Amino acid sequence: MTALPLLHVSDLTVEFQTRNGTVTAVSSVDLTVAKGETVGIVGESGSGKSVTSYAVMRILDRAGRIADGTVTFSGIELHNADDEVMREIRGREISMIFQNPRAALNPIRRVGEQIEDVLRQHAQATSRNAREKAIDLLRLVRINDPEARYLAFPFELSGGMCQRIIIAIALACRPRLLIADEPTTGLDVTTQKAVMDLVVELTRAREMSTVLITHDLGLAAQYCDRIVVMEKGRVVETAPARRIFRAPEHPYTQRLMSATPRPGITLRDLLPNRPEAAAPPPKWQRSPDATEKPILSVVDLVKEYPRAGAKARGAESAGAFRAVDGISFDILPGESVGLVGESGCGKSTTSAMVMRLLDPTSGTIRFEDRDIGAIPAKNFARDPARSRLQMVFQDSTDSLNPRFTAFRAIADPLYRIGGVTREAQARAQVERLADQVVLPHDLLDRFPHQLSGGQKARVGIARAIALEPALLVLDEPTAALDVSVQAIVLNLLADLKAELGMSYLFVSHDLNVVRLLCDRVIVMQAGRIVEQASAEEIMTSPRDAYTRELLAAVPRPPV
Amino acid sequence: MASATKLRILGQRSLQALPALVGIIIVTFVLTRALPGDPAVYFAGPAADARSIAEIRKQLGLDRTLIEQFGIYLRQLAQGDLGQSISTGQPVIKELVNRLPASIELTLVALLLSALVAIPLGILAATRPDTWVDHLCRFVTTAGVSLPTFFTGILLVYVFYYLLGWAPAPMGRLNVMYLSPPHVTGFFTIDALLAGDLETLRATLAQLILPATTLGLFTLAPLARMTRGSMLQVLGSDFVRTARAAGLSGRKVLFTYAFRNALLPVITTLGMVFSFTLGANVLVEKVFAWPGIGSYAIEALVVSDYAAVQGFVLAMAILFVALNLVIDVAYTLVDPRVGIEG
Amino acid sequence: MQARKDGLAMPVAIQAEPVVPKRETGVSRWLRHVRHVLTSNPVTLLAFVLLTVILSAAILGPALVPYDPLQTNASQQMKPPSWAHWFGTDQLGRDVFSRVVVAARLDLIISVAAVALSFVFGSALGAVSGYFGGWCDKLVGRLCDTIMAFPLFVLAMGIVAALGNTVDNIIYATAIINLPFYVRMARAEVNVRRNAGFVQAARLSGNSDWRILALHIFPNALPPMMVQISLNMGWAILNAAGLSFIGLGVRPPTPEWGIMVAEGANYIVSGEWWLAVFPGLALMLAVFTFNLLGDGLRDIVDPQRRT
Repeated sequence: MTALPLLHVSDLTVEFQTRNGTVTAVSSVDLTVAKGETVGIVGESGSGKSVTSYAVMRILDRAGRIADGTVTFSGIELHNADDEVMREIRGREISMIFQNPRAALNPIRRVGEQIEDVLRQHAQATSRNAREKAIDLLRLVRINDPEARYLAFPFELSGGMCQRIIIAIALACRPRLLIADEPTTGLDVTTQKAVMDLVVELTRAREMSTVLITHDLGLAAQYCDRIVVMEKGRVVETAPARRIFRAPEHPYTQRLMSATPRPGITLRDLLPNRPEAAAPPPKWQRSPDATEKPILSVVDLVKEYPRAGAKARGAESAGAFRAVDGISFDILPGESVGLVGESGCGKSTTSAMVMRLLDPTSGTIRFEDRDIGAIPAKNFARDPARSRLQMVFQDSTDSLNPRFTAFRAIADPLYRIGGVTREAQARAQVERLADQVVLPHDLLDRFPHQLSGGQKARVGIARAIALEPALLVLDEPTAALDVSVQAIVLNLLADLKAELGMSYLFVSHDLNVVRLLCDRVIVMQAGRIVEQASAEEIMTSPRDAYTRELLAAVPRPPV
Repeated sequence: MASATKLRILGQRSLQALPALVGIIIVTFVLTRALPGDPAVYFAGPAADARSIAEIRKQLGLDRTLIEQFGIYLRQLAQGDLGQSISTGQPVIKELVNRLPASIELTLVALLLSALVAIPLGILAATRPDTWVDHLCRFVTTAGVSLPTFFTGILLVYVFYYLLGWAPAPMGRLNVMYLSPPHVTGFFTIDALLAGDLETLRATLAQLILPATTLGLFTLAPLARMTRGSMLQVLGSDFVRTARAAGLSGRKVLFTYAFRNALLPVITTLGMVFSFTLGANVLVEKVFAWPGIGSYAIEALVVSDYAAVQGFVLAMAILFVALNLVIDVAYTLVDPRVGIEG
Repeated sequence: MQARKDGLAMPVAIQAEPVVPKRETGVSRWLRHVRHVLTSNPVTLLAFVLLTVILSAAILGPALVPYDPLQTNASQQMKPPSWAHWFGTDQLGRDVFSRVVVAARLDLIISVAAVALSFVFGSALGAVSGYFGGWCDKLVGRLCDTIMAFPLFVLAMGIVAALGNTVDNIIYATAIINLPFYVRMARAEVNVRRNAGFVQAARLSGNSDWRILALHIFPNALPPMMVQISLNMGWAILNAAGLSFIGLGVRPPTPEWGIMVAEGANYIVSGEWWLAVFPGLALMLAVFTFNLLGDGLRDIVDPQRRT
């Protein structure tokens, strides 16, 4: 143990001036990072974890200020250092990588020049050797063909590549501390793993210290030595990564810990204090009669889009991009099937076609013994099957009309399809639905912006089950929610399925979540199905190489 | 290779101006020929007798079908024939060409003046929100769009000519005591410079300053507003935060990172600004008796000289299309992303 | 703190559990919000006061003014402002104050009619083309491009010259040059919502396309368009006044701000400033009012996007 930590934050308080007065975003935070150590700061949205790091870098926006406390970096007091000193420290001593890498790069400047800017600012290169050094850095972060990529603009690179460029900028001047603010949020799991492994490898080789800010306890536990848990602007627990998982002390950490989906647990384990009454949801059993007819049967489904610019460029590149490339699968009554893949694999396109919001290019969709794929999407609103086929959307904010109250949102399908005509009748039905999704009645008269994320998700679910559908498509219903809310929503979905006997098609990128809710899992890659098997089988003995890669990329906390 | 792509994109942009041009020609044709009333009477002017009306009718081909008339119209346009002005008896095209430099000189000087003030003001306001610069900028932008150009011009004349006596009488491009500089470009300022006649240059500038300021005040508001808005947005963006976190100097962040990006939306709104400026130009020319194509059109309107008015509308529209093309080219050169999305 | 009580304009950080009074009707909530915006923002309050002044001049003007705006008086020509004639008299001895007040009605009628026309047609065309796309979108887009290919004021001049020099044609010309703004705005606002989650959800709930457009999308697109209407009113007033300034539409001796400024301009070089300045100021004030109102309306309809 070295006597002096590299970074020492003591009693840090950050306030923001808003139109509604002063808001304290971070209060009395203590944090130390030793040389060579990797520290994770974990918390849900609004916990103040990012603000803490901006305060350390002194890049809070104009409305925010350090109200109290000290930040010391190897003997230098950062909290009251002047701008000149801070500019020397930023990028050279402490650097930072951000989430949403594509937006974090200047869109109209070549990436090589952006690396050079940092090198030259901190006198690490002269105009003569800057280009050479920038290319060396590109090579360091494993960018293929660095000489050509030096000239690329950010829009020409993938998200993962952009994040590598950001890492190159951050490491260009060999800083002693790297702050990574949700560096992999929004990236696919396999890319996430590659980026994190690169960061760890490079920082270790240079004996750097790292602060990893994330909402993902699993990710933090896998890569960090020590974890700091924050809630509502305060540090609630600091402990070595292993201990956080084995014996979390603070009730909040315990809740967060238990709500994090991980291998070897059941859906009920996610809930903080499992009430005795909450029996495990009954497992769906394939009925002994093996000839049972599927409720949904998809055969050779294809969706093609004209290639961007194909018309302009003429015939030579004409041809279409196949978003969904001939997939077939069945869903049995009462079964819950997971559709898993990374972004762009065609899973959302598939769900939109099954939902009859999008017309397939070819193939059949048989639902309850009718080929509904042949009915044009624009006429499907009047089809009798409409009420049997409903959906819960990814972003609960986006999926609620801002001008409709929760009541009106839930009542809309009842009025349009459910044959309800009188207000009192609708009120009674909506209140029953609200009870089913555990939404207090007094919230029914609120508008979406007056509801929390979890409450909006419940409204979306209530609307979807209002017509008692036979098949419910869940399109990443918990992706935008904090883990603790996700845990509750997932359990609610499991209970509703048991109660109403629906089938689920659960679309998600997260195998750990899918496994908890689904009986069977379909893995998609580049528009095709690479593997489908029972959830148990997929997790324990995946057959396809891509499935194995996906599984290996899922963060594994030390157990 | 990259430059070849750029050239190809520039070529495509120029082609995209074609539909606009076609639209303009159709609209001006419709405005002249296809409206209720007898165009021959319009074109012949109020003093014409039945014979001259009949002659005009034949000359315009009004006894034929609309399609044939359109063909004749196109042929005349291709030959640069916009008809005769009844008030001056001159071909419209000749008068327009003679007067165009005066209008363009005024417009360009005004735009230059307003850009020189508006862009720094917008940047300052965006980098110092809620200071006096910001408040000034917001006041200027709100007050500026509320000012009728012709009223600003009259106020300026009253203050600087009548009260203070600093400015010359608002009577055209050059005081009658001076001779016009030898014609080279048609821009008096440039021609005077080329002739080395500093005295005439001074007199020209003296005449130019008030109308240019009037027009400039009008374009100041939208430019400053846009600059401030897009700077504010860019300064709050992720990549500026990255640049700051990498310790880049304030200048580097402000100019290389923020300003160049903020310029893009400003360039796209320039088209709208040009549209307003060319319209306001007409009013300013009337106030200052500026011998441009705007005052030509107003004189023609008063005597119902339709060939002249339509020629003016067409000329302004073509000028505007050309300016938009310049904007497109500038945008293509600044933004590497152009052309990728098709 | 006021906004917090409304539960409308809170920063994300404290949005988790907003406090809202139970069971409140939409109308009373809206009224309360209007009151809140008016009292918290003095500039908006000022705009509403000015609007009231202008509207009362337009409605009651002829009944209020001290002189007949058309009555000439040979003994009272070119008198500077005095107690008898607040804004002075013109070359024919008419009272400038009376003329300025009475002119409010005509100027407002022209701009309100023009904006109403372009709003109704423009937003309908824009909404349909934004929602359905396809050939309808292409056609409407081409129409707008053609109008926008002209400098707008110049096009208005050409239209009035061709249709005939009347007030009605000033209205039509102003409406036509305003049309593309509403079309594009409605198109953009509808287009971004066309595939929003709540629209997909409305489809799943069995709503037809027209119903979705009219009941789900359009009400959400309306607030930003209201702001545009207000800003556009100012612009429409300026355009109409500009047209009459160059001698189109309104004829003397009808009192109208643009033509009064034009007449007064002839006397400005000899120092009779009141002829042009007062109608000019009235014009400026009217435009200024609608521009301020636009910012105020944005606060009312769109509290989240305040600047």
